[in-house]
Amino acid sequence: MSSVLYDTPGPRARVRNIVLSVVFAALLVLLVWWVWQKMDDNDLLTSAQWSPFTESDAWTTYLLPGLGNTLKAAALAMVIALPLGAVLGIARLSDHRTVRAASGTIVEFFRAIPVLLLILFANQFFSDSTNVTSEDRPLYAVVTALVLYNAAVLAEIVRAGILALPKGQTEAAYAIGLRKSQTMSSILLPQAVTAMLPAIVSQLVVIVKDTALGGVMIGFTELLNSRGTLAANYANQIPSFIVVAIMYIVLNFLLTSFASWLEKRLRRSKRSTGAVLDPSSAAVDGTFGAGAGGAPGGTAI
Amino acid sequence: MFDFLEGYDVLGAFWMTVKLTALSAVGSLIWGTLLAAMRVSPVPLMRGFGTAYVNIVRNIPLTVIILFCSLGLADVFGVTMGSDDFKIQGFRLAVFGLVAYTAAFVCEALRSGINTVPMGQAEAARAIGLNFTQTLRLIVLPQAFRAVIGPLANVLIALTKNTTVAAAIGVAEAAYLMKTMIENEAQTLLIGAVFAFGFVVLTLPTGLFLGWLGKRLAVKR
Repeated sequence: MSSVLYDTPGPRARVRNIVLSVVFAALLVLLVWWVWQKMDDNDLLTSAQWSPFTESDAWTTYLLPGLGNTLKAAALAMVIALPLGAVLGIARLSDHRTVRAASGTIVEFFRAIPVLLLILFANQFFSDSTNVTSEDRPLYAVVTALVLYNAAVLAEIVRAGILALPKGQTEAAYAIGLRKSQTMSSILLPQAVTAMLPAIVSQLVVIVKDTALGGVMIGFTELLNSRGTLAANYANQIPSFIVVAIMYIVLNFLLTSFASWLEKRLRRSKRSTGAVLDPSSAAVDGTFGAGAGGAPGGTAI
Repeated sequence: MFDFLEGYDVLGAFWMTVKLTALSAVGSLIWGTLLAAMRVSPVPLMRGFGTAYVNIVRNIPLTVIILFCSLGLADVFGVTMGSDDFKIQGFRLAVFGLVAYTAAFVCEALRSGINTVPMGQAEAARAIGLNFTQTLRLIVLPQAFRAVIGPLANVLIALTKNTTVAAAIGVAEAAYLMKTMIENEAQTLLIGAVFAFGFVVLTLPTGLFLGWLGKRLAVKR
């Protein structure tokens, strides 16, 4: 066992490591014990608190419809944001200054604004100026806000992906007489898309997490909101939080696993350049998939 | 044109946003650095804890964490954060939640910074007899910090935007005021523009300054 920062431990280091392990373990046990005591004091360890989750009612009435809405909003946002982001990203690389400036302004503007403000604004806007029913409005508002924000982030990913390609690709395309649009559509984009896929998939994690904003602020009945109704019904505040948190973790873990599987596959694939745009490298270029969601969940190394 | 702003403390709300951001930034920098140190430490238990913490916290929506701080920690567990005042309590709980969440991202940024320090540097440090703590504190972390100013700036900007989630537990910051105003006033578009402008003013200079600083301080190799 050795790394850059320390040698393979000798006798003294081994003793020190054991001491540190014991102290740290003691601290962890103390923390767990405190939490356990608190839960016991509040009767959170009784079966009444947890049994709802073993019955189908809690799932079919609250959690699964909530999860369904979460997935619906996330999927819609992704499907709309992706082409929009691609267009904005390509426009930012345009030879025409006005096109570059326009898409640059849009991208920078929507990246600077919290998703929550966009959700609040969209919700009110739909209520004032459109005839979307109040039943559909939360979903519309959440999807609109997520699309605007994530299209801007995806635009940066697309731009970084295209810029990461070797310059010779464009030069060779021009040399064999392809036009600008042909170079983009048949040479640059296909390569960039394979390189960007992992970053794009991890952006999905951010979208999934951000749907939760609609739940508390505008009453969108997604997973977190359904948790509230469930907790009110069964009076199990803490257990419902734990179950819902686990559901989010599992969902996002599946997505990030898919992203890393995809990345490995693409690295091996003969058709791509082998260059894969690491989600975190896009972050260095200024892309940071972070609304209320924080960074792309896929930066896991 | 801007009469609708009268009667609302817009600057006060943004001041709350700034306070939330500043306190959470300091807290998450400290906790994130500790987590990063744990993740590269020679003690397997600490490494395991750091990895588990980062992977769990990063995959939970911030909204869930903040709401849990209020409904779970405060209401059920009775964690009052040293104050009976509902407002102060909400503010401190929001900072607590933001720190817990943001630290995971600070930790990841720092860890990628540690990876940029060449192997030879750490080897040289060990060769002259420095131990793990000294190598980390004197050789690796200073260089790692300078390498990750850019990514940390992104984390800070994300944090600034993330403070809006505190509105979910009633902290009177910008998003909370916007929600109130948008419900009471008719000028949806103007109100939206005012708050959007506020956030652009907060995040744009931060990004530009830290981007410039990052380029200036980057270790030239």
